[in-house]
Amino acid sequence: MRTHAVAMMTAALMAGGALVAPRGSAEELQGSLQIKGSDTMVNLVQAWAEAFMAQHPQVTIAVTGGGSGTGIAALIGGTCDLAASSRAMSDKERAQAAAQGHTVREWKVALDGLAVAVHPANPVKRLTLQQLADLFTGRIRTWSAVNGSARAVVLLSREVNSGTHVYFKEHVLGPGKEFAPEALLMPSSQAIADEIATNPDAVGYYGMGYLNSRNSVVSVAKTPEGPYVEPSIASVQAGTYPIARPLLLYSRDESQGLTQAFLSFTLSPDGQAIVQQTDFVPLP
Amino acid sequence: MRWRRARERLIETLIRLSGFSAIAIVMLIFVFLLKEGVALFRTVPLGEFLTGQRWYPISEPPGFGVFPLICGSLLVTIGAAMLSVPLGIASALFISEIARGWMKELLKAGIELFAAIPSVVLGFIGMTLLAPLIRQAFHVPTGLTALTGSITLAFMAMPTIVSITEDALTAVPRGYREAAMALGATRWQMMVRVLLPAAGSGIVAAVMLGIGRVIGETMAVMMVTGNAAVIPHTMLQPVRTLTATIAAEMGETVRGSDHYFALFAIGIVLFVITFVVNLIADRFLHREQR
Repeated sequence: MRTHAVAMMTAALMAGGALVAPRGSAEELQGSLQIKGSDTMVNLVQAWAEAFMAQHPQVTIAVTGGGSGTGIAALIGGTCDLAASSRAMSDKERAQAAAQGHTVREWKVALDGLAVAVHPANPVKRLTLQQLADLFTGRIRTWSAVNGSARAVVLLSREVNSGTHVYFKEHVLGPGKEFAPEALLMPSSQAIADEIATNPDAVGYYGMGYLNSRNSVVSVAKTPEGPYVEPSIASVQAGTYPIARPLLLYSRDESQGLTQAFLSFTLSPDGQAIVQQTDFVPLP
Repeated sequence: MRWRRARERLIETLIRLSGFSAIAIVMLIFVFLLKEGVALFRTVPLGEFLTGQRWYPISEPPGFGVFPLICGSLLVTIGAAMLSVPLGIASALFISEIARGWMKELLKAGIELFAAIPSVVLGFIGMTLLAPLIRQAFHVPTGLTALTGSITLAFMAMPTIVSITEDALTAVPRGYREAAMALGATRWQMMVRVLLPAAGSGIVAAVMLGIGRVIGETMAVMMVTGNAAVIPHTMLQPVRTLTATIAAEMGETVRGSDHYFALFAIGIVLFVITFVVNLIADRFLHREQR
């Protein structure tokens, strides 16, 4: 069904293109796109951009990271065509967009599970959402409170421009709660993974794609009774893993044919295959 | 003849213009900074901004207290100065007074090469090598601390301090050295009691310029200090600096929001600090010339 819709859309685009450029066909889709935003999504969007550019040699797509907030701010400011975001736009940002005269459209393009990771030597392998909230708000300060060692917890968070930071704050810490001021704000997800790999007392969170052999994943449960679930493609798609989120692209409403063609591509079977290749979770 | 005079006048005007434009650009930057930063104080009082201890810029209600950030910047800077000033002056003394021939040339070239290392590279080394070392050596929960930042930044301030101090030492007239030696002073007495006081104002200027570089440094410090906005009590705690805050958060803010204004207000604080440091350096440099 979706393939059909995509085909129709592409056909419509071709027709549209044909009106502008007489020789126009899908092969000759041309122009350039600026995509900016989520650091979590930058590899995924880059992979999409490369595949799309391979299909349409006349198109150039520039992908930059910087954080979801950065991308959304750039979209509102008119310095990019698509914003990649790992969190939904806030009401404040929508109001700011409206003030600049833009209506912004949201496209759900993939799913992501936020993995909570600790050092492999840390005996703590399962936590409830409540325990995670207590850890990251600073109510629990030693690992012993969650059946670990008696050592102090080192909290690793992302900077405030990160969609991951905002998502974790809203969905794990809960409304109105703050990260403990002692939490280290790391400049990238990779920096969190690196620090966890060398620090036995650290706990951090990042997109599933950053899980690696030097970090150990924590199973998370909604309630103390369980079930404790590890982040995986199946558990995220089924909605059983508690810290999962949609990955989004935002476009301005007046966006051109090329933007639309790219969006259709991300939702196509090819596009969704790329989602899986880059360690994210395709839409179910 | 008339043509020549006109040409002379034209060139003079152009040079004058370029001289004034340098000042004008600095003034414009300051005016821009002030205009954007002062807008914050319509919603957050200045006192609360400077002494507030909560930095939660994206929360509801937001916290715009920069006191922990000022403490963080000062602590890292003081630590870096304590490391780089004695080391820098000592190596300048060695290069200018003791080293001779190829060793002197090698050291001078090496120090200049040091200045050419991009700060992000130093930050990377600090993060991957120094931080784990500090965590193990001091048995602290994390190696991303003010001390790590200070050590990394000391390496950045060193080249400035060494080369300007060395210039100041070289500028001390030969007669001073000869007179001291003739009075039977040892080389150490000559260096400490004659050369250092004689080159004193130049050395203070070198130190101040080094410190100015440290305070303004962003990338390396963001990578190694952990960026936690708490008031530090020891050097072995994570800190968040003013510069790292601007760099980490500027991308996210929307023009005209309170957060955006707050980052410019931090810019004003930084500007004031570096202005004071440069002013002190300038006073000492001028005293030397007189």
